[in-house]
Amino acid sequence: MERMNTPTTATPLNVTEIRKDFPIFTHQNGKALYFLDSAASSQKPLSVLQAMDNYYSTTHANVHRGVYQIAEHATELYEGARVKIGRFIGAPNPARETIFTKNATESINLLSTCLTRGRLKKGDVVVLTEMEHHANLVPWLIAKEQFGIELRYIKVDSEGYLALDNIDEILSGAKVLSVTLASNVLGTLPPVAHLAELAHKHGAIVIGDGAQFVPHMVTDVTDLGLDFLAFTGHKMLGPTGIGVLWGKSELLEALPPFMGGGDMITDVTLDGFTPNELPWKFEAGTPPIAEAIGLGAAVDYLQDLGMQNIREHEIKLLSYAFERLESNFGKNIVIHGPRNIQDRGGVISFDFRDIHPHDISQILDQSGVCVRAGHHCAKPLMRHLGIAATARASFHIYNEPADVDALVDALGKAQAFFG
Amino acid sequence: MPGLEDLYREIILDHYRNPRNEGTFPTPPAIKAEGHNPLCGDELTVFLILDGDVIKDIHITGQGCSISRSSASLMSVAVKGKSLKEVDHLLKIFKSMMSISTNASGEPEAVEPIEYSERELGELIALQGVVKFPVRIKCATLSWNTLVQALEDRAS
Ligand SMILES: Cc1ncc(COP(=O)(O)O)c(C=O)c1O
Repeated sequence: MERMNTPTTATPLNVTEIRKDFPIFTHQNGKALYFLDSAASSQKPLSVLQAMDNYYSTTHANVHRGVYQIAEHATELYEGARVKIGRFIGAPNPARETIFTKNATESINLLSTCLTRGRLKKGDVVVLTEMEHHANLVPWLIAKEQFGIELRYIKVDSEGYLALDNIDEILSGAKVLSVTLASNVLGTLPPVAHLAELAHKHGAIVIGDGAQFVPHMVTDVTDLGLDFLAFTGHKMLGPTGIGVLWGKSELLEALPPFMGGGDMITDVTLDGFTPNELPWKFEAGTPPIAEAIGLGAAVDYLQDLGMQNIREHEIKLLSYAFERLESNFGKNIVIHGPRNIQDRGGVISFDFRDIHPHDISQILDQSGVCVRAGHHCAKPLMRHLGIAATARASFHIYNEPADVDALVDALGKAQAFFG
Repeated sequence: MPGLEDLYREIILDHYRNPRNEGTFPTPPAIKAEGHNPLCGDELTVFLILDGDVIKDIHITGQGCSISRSSASLMSVAVKGKSLKEVDHLLKIFKSMMSISTNASGEPEAVEPIEYSERELGELIALQGVVKFPVRIKCATLSWNTLVQALEDRAS
């Protein structure tokens, strides 16, 4: 396969054409839909819906079981999706290392569970950051409570970057570093490759939470220096109910299984069991077959556009949004996170005057502008920022400057309304 | 789609901008309870000074959206000086105003399981429009639930 990060000159996305591929934009009874909440969940192109429909209509059967044609075909489609998705993130051995889960949350819970069962000892140190989503926080808090691991945190500085001045001290003696590749609140893109190198020097394994990264950027697990990567299908044009855990073969092999049941064994007696080979060892029970196939189609769609082009597109939208928001509202708007657009993913969390985010999103909704309001499942980070909630606009391939214009106009209305 | 005026009545905006009975009381003599709305991070603390079974005074602090803040302010005015029995009745009719079901065409509509007159609700009636915005109902009921919490904590 061609490497995805080769193109140096980006081809602009043809958003008008892209939007035609997304049925949601044509199903609004003529009302405008300015969808700026892809960081919560993206919309789905027709090809993804059709891939799942086709599978159900033509070849549905359980996988890895039947010795008849449609069952074999279902297995081919499911395993084909796995390989495709594994390649998409540069997995050296996609067929063995790409594990299907329910979502990113389950992927991280799988790791926290299996690592405490099989690799970590009581008192071992796991390093997280202050900007983690609850999905990369609560599983470790459970492990702390139930098993007795110790947690250390990399702090977030006033500009929204990770504070790395005492990083060696924090990583010293640590067994695991688990860090987001892109913050869902601040947009920050931590220097993961650098952190991974340091963590490895200290003997820690490195887990990346790619939920907000993989959908938008060229992802190569080797370049990033990761040992594990968790991400989620529904934020990358795929369906809900499917997530991925990628891990290095030798590390996955050394871990005990996660859930027990059918498919994850090669033999079972009344006294014990032999776990299956990778990746099925970690996939107990009937998997989300249609969803895996749908995610495979989503990856095709993203790759056709080119991840580098997608990134460039989002950078342009971010720049445009920063410029318009700040020129229109000046000091009345506070955008959280790094100022340098290159250092951030396609999310903009902001405070607007002293209008509560809940009220902002309500007023925006009247104009068909969808943004998220709340703590974004990152309560410790919000506490650090000293706020209870923010409003957040986020971008994906189908967004265009008109979405930003609608946001600015609607904020103008909110301003007039709350005076 | 219901309009913004349904939600943001003048009275609501007034109570949001100029919240009544804002502040704290030392505990004791006051009793207090904290309420959270995990969906949006709204938090408030209700302080009550009871005299027998009368709410002699009430203070509320916290942070939240216009609906939760104004509802708290409106509630404080409505319950101050009232007996617990009267408060309980107000709570019931307020909750009744805030409860929704869906009609045949799937649209939310108010249900009124108990009889009450609009006069009994007083200014609280301004929050009536909130039921048309189902996600905001929790904002409007947060202060009332916290009040109940404070009274229950005292009882136990
Ligand atoms: C950074 C980050 N990690 C993890 C998740 C969890 O994703 P999911 O809910 O699909 O498991 C999210 C989703 O909001 C996220 O933004």
